[in-house]
Amino acid sequence: MATFSFELVSPERVLFSGDVTSVVVPAAEGDMTVLAHHAPFMSALRSGVVTVNGAKRLFVRGGFVDVGAGGLTLLAEQAVAVEEIDAGRVTADLKDVEEDLRDAKSDEARARLAEKAEGLKAMLAALRH
Amino acid sequence: MPSLKDLRNRIASVKATQKITKAMQMVAAAKLRRAQSAAEAARPYAARMEAVLANLAGGITGAAAPRLLAGTGADQVHLLIVCTAERGLCGAFNSSIVRLARERINALQAAGKTVRILCVGKKGFEQLKRQYEKLILDVVDLRAVKQIGYGEAEMIARRVLGMFEAGEFDVATLFYSRFKSVIAQIPTAQQVIPAEIPAGGANGAVSYEYEPDEEAILSTLLPRNVAVQIFRALLENAASEQGARMSAMDNATRNAGEMIKKQTQKYNRTRQAMITKELIEIISGAEAL
Repeated sequence: MATFSFELVSPERVLFSGDVTSVVVPAAEGDMTVLAHHAPFMSALRSGVVTVNGAKRLFVRGGFVDVGAGGLTLLAEQAVAVEEIDAGRVTADLKDVEEDLRDAKSDEARARLAEKAEGLKAMLAALRH
Repeated sequence: MPSLKDLRNRIASVKATQKITKAMQMVAAAKLRRAQSAAEAARPYAARMEAVLANLAGGITGAAAPRLLAGTGADQVHLLIVCTAERGLCGAFNSSIVRLARERINALQAAGKTVRILCVGKKGFEQLKRQYEKLILDVVDLRAVKQIGYGEAEMIARRVLGMFEAGEFDVATLFYSRFKSVIAQIPTAQQVIPAEIPAGGANGAVSYEYEPDEEAILSTLLPRNVAVQIFRALLENAASEQGARMSAMDNATRNAGEMIKKQTQKYNRTRQAMITKELIEIISGAEAL
């Protein structure tokens, strides 16, 4: 099968870089699979799981996907390999955030915390699959 | 003429100082390695972001462009985000950033613009407040933060963007020190709002498909770009700070060594002079008998 280059970059580091045959991306309007020779394409990302070559699974939150002549680039605000997620810690974090959410005073803080809670929930959902 | 005891004390205290500066140098060297690799790891993301942004901005025409890209149309109120270290003892690191900011402030004020300052890091605040206390909006304290993460940058960015949306300033400029090498850190001023787009990045030949659409993507990408730029500035700053501290402490250690050498020589000379004097006293006493 034809391969193309794929890069997953978070602000802190490059998580994945190499040639792959297929990548499933949680794009803003639904999951999509990118194969080699995909048309130039750009989209926002949802929180969700990126599957590389049908095997390696990485959780991403917020960011962009950019398919161009050079291959596929994922710019994710946060990205971790699914096997590195610690379910216990995420659950605890989620509880904290939900508590904060109840105590939040300003609309802005509430929106931010709600977004955070969504991200953590998506992370847990990724673990269950 | 200091007594022998005074000299001995002085040598001992310089030696103690030398030990401290030597230790600080080694700590800075270890931290530098970490900070440098963090700064390097962050570069691909920022570079990619820039490329994507350049690609997108090329296709957006004047009227439809969001304010973060095109600006508010005025440049009356300037926000300067001055990033410095939380700690001193790192040579001219903090002062050179502050000097650059101060030059900009004076130039802007001379041109009749309004200047506001947001300090990141205590040291810059301390230096700027002597002259421009009224202009300083706030200080972001990162003292408790050991390793700078994206979260901190996001927090600052959110603050800046909130102010921008409230129409509190027109142009934002970031001041930090770019890490070139251990001995060279370059104080840099970088405009973040409106976003500076590298010229020539747009290639109209490739027609992209956008989902949801161009404007929606651009409007989420631009705020994120601000956070990324701040993040990069903070990381570069952290690496620069450790580099500057390392060379400053290296100098201090060397100076202490020189001082010890000089004082030891002086001590030995004084000691010999005293022995000679005592001998002369004994001999002349014996001769008088």
